[in-house]
Amino acid sequence: MVDSATKPQGAPAPKTNRIGLTLADYKGSPSTLCDGCGHDAITSQIIKACYDVGINPHQVAKLSGIGCSSKTPAYFLSRAHGFNAVHGRMPSVATGASMANKQLHLLAVSGDGDTASIGLGQFCHIVRRNIPMVYIVENNGVYGLTKGQFSATAEKGAKLKSGVQNELQSIDLCSLAIELGCGFVGRSFAGDPKQLVALLKAAMSHNGTAVLDVISPCVTFNNHEGSTKSYKYAKEHETPLHELGFVGFYEQITVDYEPGSVQEVAMHDGSKITLKKTDHDYDPKDRGKAISTIARANEEKQFLTGLLYVDESKSSFTDVMHLVDAPLATLPQDKVRPPKSALDEIMKSLM
Amino acid sequence: MKTLEADSAQKLEQGRVINDFSIQVATVNGSGSQSSNTVLMRSIFQMGIPVSGKNLFPSNIAGLPTWFTIRVNKDGWIARKKEIDILVAMNPQTAVEDVKSLRPGAVCVSPVELNLDKVRSDVRHYLVPFAQLASETTENIKLRKLVTNMIYVGVVAELLEIDQKEIDVAIAKQFEGKSKAIELNLTASNKGRQWAKENLKKEDPFYVEKMDKTAGKIIIDGNSAAALGCMFAGVTVVTWYPITPSSSLCESLSDYMHEYRIEEDGKATYAIIQAEDEIAAIGMALGAGWAGARSMTSTSGPGISLMGEFTGLGYFAEIPTVIFDVQRVGPSTGMPTRTHQADLMSTYQLSHGDTKHILLLPGSVEECYSMASAAFDLAERFQTPVFVLSDLDLGMNNWMSEPFKYPEQPMDRGKVLDAAELERLGKFERYRDVDGDGIPYRTLPGTDHPLAAYFTRGSGHNEKAAYTERPEDYVNLMNRLDKKYQTARKYVPKPELHESKNAKVGIIAFGSSHPAIMESLDQLKASNLQASYLRLKALPFTEELRKFVDQHEHVYVVEQNRDAQMRDLIRLELPEFSMKLRSVRHFDGLPLDARTVTDAILEQER
Ligand SMILES: Cc1ncc(C[n+]2csc(CCOP(=O)(O)OP(=O)(O)O)c2C)c(N)n1
Ligand code: SF4
Ligand SMILES: [Mg+2]
Repeated sequence: MVDSATKPQGAPAPKTNRIGLTLADYKGSPSTLCDGCGHDAITSQIIKACYDVGINPHQVAKLSGIGCSSKTPAYFLSRAHGFNAVHGRMPSVATGASMANKQLHLLAVSGDGDTASIGLGQFCHIVRRNIPMVYIVENNGVYGLTKGQFSATAEKGAKLKSGVQNELQSIDLCSLAIELGCGFVGRSFAGDPKQLVALLKAAMSHNGTAVLDVISPCVTFNNHEGSTKSYKYAKEHETPLHELGFVGFYEQITVDYEPGSVQEVAMHDGSKITLKKTDHDYDPKDRGKAISTIARANEEKQFLTGLLYVDESKSSFTDVMHLVDAPLATLPQDKVRPPKSALDEIMKSLM
Repeated sequence: MKTLEADSAQKLEQGRVINDFSIQVATVNGSGSQSSNTVLMRSIFQMGIPVSGKNLFPSNIAGLPTWFTIRVNKDGWIARKKEIDILVAMNPQTAVEDVKSLRPGAVCVSPVELNLDKVRSDVRHYLVPFAQLASETTENIKLRKLVTNMIYVGVVAELLEIDQKEIDVAIAKQFEGKSKAIELNLTASNKGRQWAKENLKKEDPFYVEKMDKTAGKIIIDGNSAAALGCMFAGVTVVTWYPITPSSSLCESLSDYMHEYRIEEDGKATYAIIQAEDEIAAIGMALGAGWAGARSMTSTSGPGISLMGEFTGLGYFAEIPTVIFDVQRVGPSTGMPTRTHQADLMSTYQLSHGDTKHILLLPGSVEECYSMASAAFDLAERFQTPVFVLSDLDLGMNNWMSEPFKYPEQPMDRGKVLDAAELERLGKFERYRDVDGDGIPYRTLPGTDHPLAAYFTRGSGHNEKAAYTERPEDYVNLMNRLDKKYQTARKYVPKPELHESKNAKVGIIAFGSSHPAIMESLDQLKASNLQASYLRLKALPFTEELRKFVDQHEHVYVVEQNRDAQMRDLIRLELPEFSMKLRSVRHFDGLPLDARTVTDAILEQER
């Protein structure tokens, strides 16, 4: 490298990942969110996960809706194209982009307002179609950007700063996703970087829609006593289902576990998730149990985190559509305009 | 009683009306009359006589009244004709009203048991025992209704002297590949013909005679034509949500693509997605357009309303896509199966904020086809949503047309920079007006170059696509978008001028009004009024509009909406000519007819 000659003596070359990029290559512009916002903590883990797995930034398309959370794609992977859609409608944009270029890795960020209220319909349908993408919900129980109104994921009984109490039942996006047939559903916490980064990496290796509901405290509007989405509350109540590990397809790591203590999940691309058992005896491949476990935890005010459900056998929408191998977007004219003989044949049939 | 055969020789000398009349068939929705009416229309078409068919149907699957009108016209006028010459009154629910609406001297074919001859004695009645003929044709009670439809085709064919050969060919085409259906329908039509031959005395002047005016022509509806246009334009991502009258566009596109756009290995060069609603449909289309695909969606008024917010994003963030609006009668659910041109203004400025869009206005099935290509080229050239405003009359009715031409021009994919070009330029700013035409350059996601990426947003952005709320940046952006729109004036299809030397009166119209205007010009001439006609094909307007208005003393803007929307848009464009502009509006949901236009203009010119 030319540059190295001018570098001060002794300064270590920055560490690089398997494709030779530095962590800085995965960063975006500086965040404009409130200091301490959970969303920024998630951004850091997205950057780390992308660096760790060595994804090529230009092959990523970042997508989001509207909200503080939806602003964050500007704060990571500045070398990837980004699309900040309209409120609640990111899934449709993602669907179109995925059809246009199936080689893109879609990385999407939404909020609880963006997904569970205005965008609930599109959320359900993207899960139903199983568009290959990582769909992160940065869940703070409020509308941050419009100054702290309750969202549909706020627990019954949760209190706003003003003392107003939420009387309505919350929507649990994870059980909804599982119910809708989602093949990868995880829940995590912005304050649990280790688990979050492992889940993010695993989600990226899934062939289909991977939904990650990440509790992400809003320090400005929902981090007070009485909030059920504050750092304090989440820390106190977090109950990891397992200790999550991720071994990428490019890694040759074998770890010896005590027999029966670790469950391995083989991912679509050859990567592997390791789930080290805690007190819970939880099998994320059991759909019915996943739904009942989440329901019980919600009743008992437990905050369960980890890989809630996984099924690697589902076909993605790209598979179902039987698309040609090359991206539709850049197919040459002779592939997309049938020959004159085709038009002649059609015209004849109409005479 | 003299039979038809014996009678015809005698009739030759008397006043015959040849190849110039309209037939209306009144039936019940869902009764299967559509096939019979198509057979009747096709057989006349096959005889070389210009013909058009319009289906006036209710928003209902089965049981409500429906009317099919066939216009036969030797001069090639294919607009709706107000007066009915021959009524086939098969629907007991509406028969009395239907026969009352006829002019004296018209013809009425009806089931004998309806006793319509008691309702009107100044109409020439042919009473036919349809029920008896149907039961003689088939023992299957379920089939009798269908068979009855083909029996009236036989009766009418005999009365008009349509060759049975033509009926046979049309039946074979209609029921292609279904030999049983062909056989049954042939039997039924012959049954009607035979009965008429033996029992009816021809006492009306209407006849068809072979001509050579349809040789080499096709019959197609506008939605299928648009679908073909999209396929040959190279569309790759299609999204839609069912709505009358636009559904058949994407449905026939789906059929054509399945036939012609699957590779040898069974893989598709396209994706067609039935979305969960129109918001998702336009979102998908924009996502695909952003990622570089030729994308489109198709809808009607209610869907257009839902697409508002996303359309604004497409305009502001500069993303190409094509949106077909097959207009129906609004507001709200309105009359879903009736035709209108009332989405003009709201589509032109769809979305909040300062927006204006490129609109194409096809006036024929041929233009539904060719403007599809134009729309994709414009969308990608100008990096913006482009609307094609068709309507129910154009989209769902069958029209005669010259065969469509294979696109001569290669696809225009617009200003897209790839990695090599980025390398050469060494610089990329997404929203910078490099060429001075208001159109910036874009890159596609997936481009392997450190300069390629940018952030697309509907919020304020500067030339580098970074978030901004700086007043200068916003004004700069909005002015450039306006400049881009001004550039589009030179690229959109130019209006079509039908000039009449020294005419003081001008007519401006667009879309499906065209055939009625052409006929009206003829009628006006017969009333000693010379008029020139300018058919608009697009918004923004081109310079031809100003010239045309300038050259005429009065200009009548004819349109199918209540509020004279096009007239108002022209006023905004040419405020200095405001006083010259007059308006003819027709907005009852029926296709425009020439007489309405002619009378309205003569009235104001008096
Ligand atoms: C159509 C529309 N309605 C309302 C808004 C206003 N709005 C902006 S962000 C937001 C809520 C965002 O909440 P959430 O998705 O939870 O994001 P957070 O800010 O909490 O991260 C709303 C209602 C909008 N932008 N668009
Ligand atoms: S308002 Fe809340 S969600 Fe928004 S940036 Fe501030 S802390 Fe984060
Ligand atoms: Mg929120």
